[in-house]
Amino acid sequence: MSDSRALKPLFQGAAVVLALGLTTLVLLATKAPPLAAYVNIARGAVGTVSVALDVLVAWVPLLLVTSGLLVTFTVGLWNIGIEGQITFGAIFATWALRSFQGGAASGAIDPALAIALSVLAGMAGGALWAMLVGALKTFGGVNEIFGGLGLNYVATALNLWLIFGPWKRPGVASMSGTVPFDKALWLPTINEQSRFAPIAVVLALVAIAVVFALIQGTYFGLRLKAVGKNPKAAYLLGIPTWQYTMASFAICGILAGLAGAVQVTSVYHRLIPSISSGYGYMGLMVSMLVNFSAAVAAPVALFFAALNVGSIQLPITLKLDSSLAGVLQGTLVLFVILAEGARMRFMKKGGRKA
Amino acid sequence: MRKITKLILALLLVAVLGTTAFAQSAPPAAGANLTIGLVMVGPYNDHGWSQANYDGAQYVVAKVPGTKLVYIDKANSADRPGTTVSQLGESLVAQGAKLVIFSSDDMSDEAVKFAQAHKDVFVIMTSGDQTWKDGKAYKDLPNMICIMGRMEYMKMVAGVAAAMTTQTGKIGFLGPLINDETRRLASSAYLGAKYAWVNYLKKDPAKLSFKVTWIGFWFNIPGVTSDPTQVADDFFNSGYDVVISGIDTTEAVTEAAKYAAQGKKVFAIPYDYAKAIDEGKGVSLGVPYFNWGPAYVTTVKAAMAGTWKSHWEWNAPDWKNINNPDTGAVGFNKGTLTKDASASVDKFIAELAKGLNLWKGPLALQDGSAYLKAGEAATDKQVWYLPQLLQGMEGQSVSK
Repeated sequence: MSDSRALKPLFQGAAVVLALGLTTLVLLATKAPPLAAYVNIARGAVGTVSVALDVLVAWVPLLLVTSGLLVTFTVGLWNIGIEGQITFGAIFATWALRSFQGGAASGAIDPALAIALSVLAGMAGGALWAMLVGALKTFGGVNEIFGGLGLNYVATALNLWLIFGPWKRPGVASMSGTVPFDKALWLPTINEQSRFAPIAVVLALVAIAVVFALIQGTYFGLRLKAVGKNPKAAYLLGIPTWQYTMASFAICGILAGLAGAVQVTSVYHRLIPSISSGYGYMGLMVSMLVNFSAAVAAPVALFFAALNVGSIQLPITLKLDSSLAGVLQGTLVLFVILAEGARMRFMKKGGRKA
Repeated sequence: MRKITKLILALLLVAVLGTTAFAQSAPPAAGANLTIGLVMVGPYNDHGWSQANYDGAQYVVAKVPGTKLVYIDKANSADRPGTTVSQLGESLVAQGAKLVIFSSDDMSDEAVKFAQAHKDVFVIMTSGDQTWKDGKAYKDLPNMICIMGRMEYMKMVAGVAAAMTTQTGKIGFLGPLINDETRRLASSAYLGAKYAWVNYLKKDPAKLSFKVTWIGFWFNIPGVTSDPTQVADDFFNSGYDVVISGIDTTEAVTEAAKYAAQGKKVFAIPYDYAKAIDEGKGVSLGVPYFNWGPAYVTTVKAAMAGTWKSHWEWNAPDWKNINNPDTGAVGFNKGTLTKDASASVDKFIAELAKGLNLWKGPLALQDGSAYLKAGEAATDKQVWYLPQLLQGMEGQSVSK
């Protein structure tokens, strides 16, 4: 056992090297200079204060959804519906902001309160959509992967319909998005030049800390784990399995909805078609990469966010596509999982010999 | 002690006044060297709107010594999820850009955000109206200039080419999203078509069918917009034998070429980019295009010389030669036209040059309400902010 622990970093290190190697090969195959590409990504992520803050802006929704996903993964659920839950959060937050806009302008409601209520509405929206997946699973026998995927499409369709229909700009029908909200209803940023809202970072850090504490340090978390490890045994031991399943969906939905609300109130200041920005799927990758453990989720999510923001430089300086970041992220996840599998095999063989 | 306090106060006052004065004026002259940043909504090589802008910026680099271009394309949240347009503008500033061109209507809000946040950077908002004093969206932005070409003229020419070619009397308009700009451009094409139909062909205007179908954005975003390929196919399959494109990309021409290869007699008119007619040899009647180079050169020179002054410009064609690359803002590149149609197009351009105005009453809006009284010529504001399509056109005016 101690051998296996000692070998783990070795295998993981090899996985990282392999992922970098494969990405480098992709670069070489397209006749692009690998070193320059990596330097540019690094510069684009930490080269100036402004881009570093942009990394944090991307980190917030990613960390929020990852936190949520760690809860559903603990119960053994693949919450693919996370994208739809972000979108629903954004829709609910937009709906609330739209209702408060008049009141905030006339002074009938404090803008800070309006923002807070809208963020809460977003969390409720995300929870609602997630619990629908949960209900389909518990009461309808629909696997959460299929249910979630289906509901993702429904959320997208609803979002598009709202943007192109009831919430369209006056006289305009465009997928550009809804009319931007008044500045008073934006999540406060450190200054006018920045998209960086410190409170959003605090929310994300609180989320991951709470999820960590919940899973590691509470009876509730222990029961969640029990349901995840063996639902039947957990049920026989007196754990109300379906309630715990629903609870995990609700928690994940709340955090996904919060991510959607943050996108609306602090990044785009309006509802756009691709409001989820793929953070849900990226959160799944981060969760897999950290082997479903909350302890290292924050730094890994930060690294992924840095890759995303840094890669914006690639088309500008090297005429390379930004999707290179996705290649690196994808291969990283793949090789880490492969390495873990290889390590297990290796350990088994070693065990037999001994 | 007091003296020091006074001195500090005075210095503070100067600093505050200085910053406010600075904030309310254009950025200082850029000098002999200027890096230009270009943000494009689609791919730089889309054979349409974005490429026309890219070529315009390249034209500046070729004509104005000391200039350099950095650019980012596909600046939309579908292609670059999680990013904002002002963030992408900043990434160009990080590469040294002191002047940033936001080259799409889709970037209007973000360009304003950027201009307000970066008062030391020159901003060109292509196709915008935020710096039009009499416009509806006016904002005091000393570092921003809005530029647009009077494409209405060339869309009318396109309408003439379409009317002179159609055998079925059915012209389709492949529209992007619905807004002021797209309404007035689709309507211009209709005005040109109707004019040729009535005055050149001596036909009954009631027998001309002109239908607009909108896809929802400037180009295809799978799963989000309607598919322009599908829309073009629907036109060709339902008796429309000429499709005028109003979108950034070339689907109308590509589809026309496909149908022509199957023996159908159909044609298309692409948009934005002078060389877009090469996309479908034999089926492109011509292309109304933008020539951004000259206007960008003037503006860039102003930024370098320190003569920059915020304003809005809606630039006319060079009627002496609408295809002169060094002068006009818009042109029409003729493609496959019959001798007759070609002569009519030339005749129409000559008439426009002499002052023919089709934006003149009596004209009614699509729902029948009055737009222009008999003999009344539309003002710039009336054309720019056209509230509906015109009477006689089929298709949605405003999303319900």
